[in-house]
Amino acid sequence: MEYENQFEKSANRTRRHRKDKFFAFSLILPGIIVLAILVLILIMLVAKGVKAFNPDFFLSVQKPFGVEGGGIVNGILGSLLIMAMASLISIPLALIFSVTLIEKKDTRIARLLELCLSSFQGVPSIVFGVIMYSWLVVPLKSYSALSAAIAVSFIMIPTVSATIKEVLLLVPSSYKEAAISLGVPRWKAMTGVIVPSAMPGIKGAVGLGLARIAGETAPLLFTAFGNPFLSLNPSKPVSAMPLIIYDYIKSPYADWHEKAWGTALLLVLMVFALTLSISARQKNAHPR
Amino acid sequence: MEYGNSSVVTTVLPQFVSDHVALEIKNLVVEYRDGVQAVKNISFSVPRQAVTAIIGPSGCGKSTALRALNRMNELMPGTRTTGEVLFHSKNIYDPNVDPVTVRRHIGMVFQKPNPFPKSIYENIAWAARIHGLTDNLDDLVESSLRQAALWDEVKDKLKKSALSLSGGQQQRLCIARSIALKPEIILMDEPTSALDPISTASIENLIHDLKQQYTIIIVTHNMQQAGRISEMTAFMLSGDLVEYAPTNRLFVSPEDERTERYITGRFG
Repeated sequence: MEYENQFEKSANRTRRHRKDKFFAFSLILPGIIVLAILVLILIMLVAKGVKAFNPDFFLSVQKPFGVEGGGIVNGILGSLLIMAMASLISIPLALIFSVTLIEKKDTRIARLLELCLSSFQGVPSIVFGVIMYSWLVVPLKSYSALSAAIAVSFIMIPTVSATIKEVLLLVPSSYKEAAISLGVPRWKAMTGVIVPSAMPGIKGAVGLGLARIAGETAPLLFTAFGNPFLSLNPSKPVSAMPLIIYDYIKSPYADWHEKAWGTALLLVLMVFALTLSISARQKNAHPR
Repeated sequence: MEYGNSSVVTTVLPQFVSDHVALEIKNLVVEYRDGVQAVKNISFSVPRQAVTAIIGPSGCGKSTALRALNRMNELMPGTRTTGEVLFHSKNIYDPNVDPVTVRRHIGMVFQKPNPFPKSIYENIAWAARIHGLTDNLDDLVESSLRQAALWDEVKDKLKKSALSLSGGQQQRLCIARSIALKPEIILMDEPTSALDPISTASIENLIHDLKQQYTIIIVTHNMQQAGRISEMTAFMLSGDLVEYAPTNRLFVSPEDERTERYITGRFG
């Protein structure tokens, strides 16, 4: 009976269609909500921040209280300095850790390392700021870009290690077999074949790590501290974009509020550009 | 394939009886982590500069046995190997022997072509450089590619990615990569099973040429292939070495009933 009717629109059939539409929509809905919030944030950032954009904003340093004008170049370069130093610290360590996790899989050292890295990911970032404050800032009697770079490295290393590990696991095991069968030591197989063939993914992992730390404010409060002058000295206090946002938005001046929005917009654009360049790179990577 | 093996067997056999043995396998047992014995106490001798085929149904342990011959099974954690594999009368499983050196002299070609994601040139040069074969690297690359019958097809695109080659070319590149290190023995694990008939024929021709210089041990599930290219054939069944004999004797008048049933296609 049902078979005979299967091409006709029965009441049963329309109900099924309606149910199907309803469930499909309820699956899409959360996505739409998240996207809408993201778009709203972007619109607000652009509306409030773009007014601050002028050559002076990008090219000159902060002006003191009450003085009109000035820019955030000290913050931009300070952030870049901290990110560059954090990369120098984090990338080699993350590579070593992720290779260890794979090569020593199922050993005690790998399990311990994995546990440490994932615990670090759960630590609130301000804790790393406090730790570096007592380890470096107090003994050296100076806030410094270096202490900030190490503090954010605590955040970057676990993120990047975990991602590189996943990327290395994607390299076909036949590459390793081939290298080993040529009488090549394991570590050379790793450095000569496996790591190079995972390079696009490794660059992506580093980019993700940088995007992660670019907006970190808490670890910088007691380490980089901020600096109204342009400084690229690793052992001296340095400004950073999140610190400028933090300082300016609490201030009572409309001019500074505008600059805080501008800085926020610029920071988001920088992270956005980083993320886009990663996904573009991954698309270009040869599929295999 | 024109080259028969009837004449070869008669000439190889007397030599084989003398000291022309490339590899002597004694009581080899390979056990996986779960305790399953993939290879159960097999013993045989591999003649030098000849092709030895290992045949048998899927899961009979032939690949595991092959990979035991250059200690490749050690890449799988938990694998236990006992018994002896004598290479130049030295047991390669001796605690003093470095597996890296073993693999330097006993190379391997795999079932699926696995060139590195590097240029054709670098595929051969990379390992050679690590082993210090650095003078005249260009010549080494050329001669290896010539020996692997690939030179004419790739000589104008050595800098191109090896992954741009066809499957058959990739497999010949893998063979070239292996012979660049001048190994004594080349182990081949079903080297043509992922290839089309034409590429298969060219690899078989190549194997025929290579045995002038190298000892080749090949695992194949293709009995016709074993018949075409090998001097000696070993038949394995559920981890046991059932029969090991000159190829045409094994195929024409097998001694064991199980061998006969397998080669006549009654199982497997």
